[in-house]
Amino acid sequence: MAHDNHAHAHDHDHGAGGESHGTVKSYLIGFALAVVLTVIPFWMVMSGDFSRTVNGVIIAVTAVLQMLVHLVFFLHLDRSSESRWNVNAAVFTVVVIGIIVAGTLWVMHNMNVHMMH
Amino acid sequence: MSTHTHTVSHGHAAHAAAHGHDDHEHHDTGGNTVFGFWVYLMSDCLIFASLFATYVVLVGGTDGGPGPKDLFELSFVAWETALLLTSSLTFGLGMIAMHRGKVGLMYLWLGITWLLGFGFMCMEVWEFNHLIHQGYGPDRSAFLSAFFALVGTHGLHVSAGLLWLLVMFIQLKQNGLTATNKTRLACLSLFWHFLDLIWIGVFSVVYLNGAL
Repeated sequence: MAHDNHAHAHDHDHGAGGESHGTVKSYLIGFALAVVLTVIPFWMVMSGDFSRTVNGVIIAVTAVLQMLVHLVFFLHLDRSSESRWNVNAAVFTVVVIGIIVAGTLWVMHNMNVHMMH
Repeated sequence: MSTHTHTVSHGHAAHAAAHGHDDHEHHDTGGNTVFGFWVYLMSDCLIFASLFATYVVLVGGTDGGPGPKDLFELSFVAWETALLLTSSLTFGLGMIAMHRGKVGLMYLWLGITWLLGFGFMCMEVWEFNHLIHQGYGPDRSAFLSAFFALVGTHGLHVSAGLLWLLVMFIQLKQNGLTATNKTRLACLSLFWHFLDLIWIGVFSVVYLNGAL
């Protein structure tokens, strides 16, 4: 089993697409970052001390940052060769999501402007 | 630890020992499976993107009923978030224990993960029940329809993850930590972390923005 541990300590060196996994340290770092990025927006909104605009921007920024933290530390997307195709699929998905969400909001906003007033 | 592994995955020790050397075919197959599962997750992402877009379009359509600001309790959502985020960490630690062959530790972490996930679902079902009993079910307004569709879909996914984890416990008990079961757990861990990622969107778009 000692040999087994040894082999897995270098698991980033072998293995095909989509199966890289982190270390205890990387999970703890990711968790700590996620906690900070969750506490900041919750604390700001719940304290009621900040303007609507500031809160809105902070919520958006911390959400995007935390999603990136999850992708890197929990879902193990990185620049290594074994996760290259995962990254490609993810980037494609983000582009499609951008089209769906931005397109929907744009079209529906136009509809509202033209039909409600 | 060494003896423990041998008792639980007896007969697979040879596989484990050979894992670093001549087992590449197995490893590749598992890698392809996990990549295929990743592609499914990306398509699932698009379902959630559509639901998020629907929610943002309909959030103003309250039909004279309550809006997000009247209904949601942020401290409640903060606890839900804490449960789900911690369960992501414990699942990761369980996967590390699995890769190191520490089966007992893996059961412990995955068991904790299940309890945290179950706690999250209890809170969500309580919230839904609470809203419906006040007369604010999905039939009350477009906003509430979109809310229940989005948050409910996420909740269904988490429930499916809980069921899957239970099935994995049975399969691990019956077959031990085989290469197939390792691949299944790798897929489930991706699923679980992915649901936590979607929850970031839910608490940011629905709850935090709703409180502004």
